[in-house]
Amino acid sequence: MAYAIEMLNITKDFPGIRANDNVTIQVEANTVHALLGENGAGKSTIMSILFGLYQPTSGIIKVNGKEVHISNPNIANSLGIGMVHQHFKLVDCFTVTENIILGMEPKTKYGTVDIKKAAEKISKLSEKYGLNVDPYAKIENISVGMQQRVEILKMLYRNSDILIFDEPTAVLTPQEIHELMLIMRNLVKEGKTILLITHKLKEIKEVADHCTVLRKGKCIGTIDVKDTTERQMAEMMVGREVNFSVHKEKAQPKEVVLSIKNLNCNNFKGLRAVKDFSLDVRAGEIVGLAGIDGNGQTELVYAITGLAKSESGSIFLNGQDITNLPVKGRLDAGMAHVPEDRHKHGLVLDFPLKENFIIHCYKDRPFSVNHILQPQKIDEYADFLIKEFDVRSGQGKESKTRDMSGGNQQKAIIARELDRHAKLVIVVQPTRGLDVGAIEYIHSRIVAQRDAGAAVLLVSLELDEILNLSDKIAVIYDGQLSGYVNAEDTDENEIGLMMSGSIKKVGDCHE
Amino acid sequence: MNKKHSALKISLIAVVFGLLLGFLVVLITGRSPMDMLYAFIRSLTGYNLAKPDKPINLMYVFNWLLEAMPIILTGLSVGFAYRTGLFNIGGEGQFMVGSTAASFVALTINMPLVPHIILCLVVGMLAGALWGFIPGFLKAYHNINEVVVCIMLNYIGLFFSNYLVRTFLEIDPNTNARTVAFPITAVLPKVTDMTASQFNYGFVLVVLCLVMYWFILEKTTFGYSLRATGFNSEAARFAGMKVKRNTVYSMMIAGALSGAAGAIVVLGVFKYGRIFTLFDNYGFDGISVALVGAANAVGIALSGLLFALLKSGGNNLQLFNIPKEISQLIQAAIIFFVAIQYGVILMLNKFDGFKLKLKGGKKA
Repeated sequence: MAYAIEMLNITKDFPGIRANDNVTIQVEANTVHALLGENGAGKSTIMSILFGLYQPTSGIIKVNGKEVHISNPNIANSLGIGMVHQHFKLVDCFTVTENIILGMEPKTKYGTVDIKKAAEKISKLSEKYGLNVDPYAKIENISVGMQQRVEILKMLYRNSDILIFDEPTAVLTPQEIHELMLIMRNLVKEGKTILLITHKLKEIKEVADHCTVLRKGKCIGTIDVKDTTERQMAEMMVGREVNFSVHKEKAQPKEVVLSIKNLNCNNFKGLRAVKDFSLDVRAGEIVGLAGIDGNGQTELVYAITGLAKSESGSIFLNGQDITNLPVKGRLDAGMAHVPEDRHKHGLVLDFPLKENFIIHCYKDRPFSVNHILQPQKIDEYADFLIKEFDVRSGQGKESKTRDMSGGNQQKAIIARELDRHAKLVIVVQPTRGLDVGAIEYIHSRIVAQRDAGAAVLLVSLELDEILNLSDKIAVIYDGQLSGYVNAEDTDENEIGLMMSGSIKKVGDCHE
Repeated sequence: MNKKHSALKISLIAVVFGLLLGFLVVLITGRSPMDMLYAFIRSLTGYNLAKPDKPINLMYVFNWLLEAMPIILTGLSVGFAYRTGLFNIGGEGQFMVGSTAASFVALTINMPLVPHIILCLVVGMLAGALWGFIPGFLKAYHNINEVVVCIMLNYIGLFFSNYLVRTFLEIDPNTNARTVAFPITAVLPKVTDMTASQFNYGFVLVVLCLVMYWFILEKTTFGYSLRATGFNSEAARFAGMKVKRNTVYSMMIAGALSGAAGAIVVLGVFKYGRIFTLFDNYGFDGISVALVGAANAVGIALSGLLFALLKSGGNNLQLFNIPKEISQLIQAAIIFFVAIQYGVILMLNKFDGFKLKLKGGKKA
């Protein structure tokens, strides 16, 4: 079998750290080859080397059997290597065609851009690979999944034969993921080679032929996907046995901590997003709120945390009416919030890690005395949280938060919020985009918080997460409560039906 | 990618390029670049290298420092707003109202020397703060772009100041273009009578403002919340900080700093109330100073000194038969190179890659 890409004995040193240690990856032509590893295992580094963004310290790269030196991305492009980035690089107000031809516009005989010719070529490509993209649609008007296909088309338009997908499913809905998998198989069938970077085992099982596992910069091995179970792959990746299901005792619910009564909220467009919503969360239990994205979860959480105003209804925390309190008042009343968007709401990315830890308590002793910050106390606290919650980063508490991996950023937020020991913990999408090890860890901390007597409201789009963690499950559909059941009395199927509004089951598991 | 190259490195490269460009232009126009160098060295040290037998003339050094005082203050003003995520382009207006308010206190109140000066400075700063409050308030509570409001307030500050001065202060009958001279109690005293330079005790206020700037931003809870707001106002809001209030305070402090610049210039250099015909450009210079100084206290002090050197050295240039516009050209080039810092970073990366290749080549 011919290899499309061979990266032999690649080592890459950064100051103070060896990102890749003697890694060898051989990708057979016309296959989907997965690259599996935790955050920080060196996947991105090795791909950046292949794409010409970094130079290896030692090692050889061969493309189609010939040794090459890839010193910048243009050389990678000319060798037929294209990359679909995790964060799309598209101009929102341009059409699909304009985006694709950007940088290599075809000219008419008058020297103007020949959009028509380009659009025809794009249509043909789109048809050939089953992408179903309208060349004249504007990027801002098409879905995220469609935008990703535009990125794929960009590569195809440039005649790339080797396509690198960097965490392609992180931003997609389950349906879009499924479609993407079909597209990838299609591409391979038409003669392309795909390198898939991911940490999602399900996807590898579904689409990949071979899989190379990286751990802490080292190559653990390359396996045939069809002969390997997900559990085995996870063990290779993490280096130990992995618990897929969360171990927890039966909940001991006590008094009601959060009580939402007949709440109505509007979204930013002024449309009603949460309708007459009522829900109680008790101390010592985890209530999971399931729902398809965009059914009012975000608005509900904003209303509870005070980021947006509610129209009517009331919210009680420990019996105190917090409906009209400002954010700070609610936090002080005993609320912790792990936000959905960790970059926008959770962290000040340009702060060093230690300054992010004190974002709630910078005004309190011992972190400041008479409005003067106390660096020593702040340092001590940062060291404590880093150790307690196993937050890893290049320069410890001094690391710029922006430079940390997504998993460790999330751990930092979890550490900060859980260490406030609030009566109510609102956790939104706590594990989105994280790897198995980090997910396992964060889940166990959430359960520990419950056992310590906190009321936990878990909002997640991942049904597995809801089913694994929750003691009770509430379902939101079209802004209304469409289900409220004990976790042990239900299954994926029933929740799914409630999520789509097909059945409504607001049982009385209120004791 | 860009964290490899610090703000300091980029600023230094910009300065070097700016100077090189100046050299080149001087060379092309058929004059001696060495003369340009002499002019700047004279401002820096007082030495005249062209005539080495003459004694050191410290006047040039003091004039350089005098020039640095207001632009360091306006640099701090722009920098402070910038750190909170705001662009204070209203330095001109704040400078003028600060200067006018100080003139009013100087001419209408009778007090002994030290308290009078201090009151003049404080009122000048308060007037600047008011001029900063307006865009800050409109931005925070009505989401009106502070840049537009600031620019409008520059003109309002200009004409409003002139109206007040003409209407309420005693105009000098000889020129009809300024007020009568300030009483001696309201003039910032010169530090030394050794030279003719107007270098005065206003520098104490500049040093104080520099220290306060650093202390407030880096050491206090207030500065912490301002920086959080500047980097990510949504996260600050999420953490329960009063983002709107911070916006207003930040613009007020920025305004006060520009107002202080106006006050020390009018009290220390002009010594009479001014009727402005146009902007003095101190506020706009502050933007360059803050930009090159990367909005931190030490950087602003250094870049303020640098721009002052170019300005005061520019005046010397004519003595060496070089047009003083060369110095403006250098200033513009420095700003240009800082503004295209991503281009500079790209170039540095290319250069690093080139070095890497050289090394690799040697090994092989």
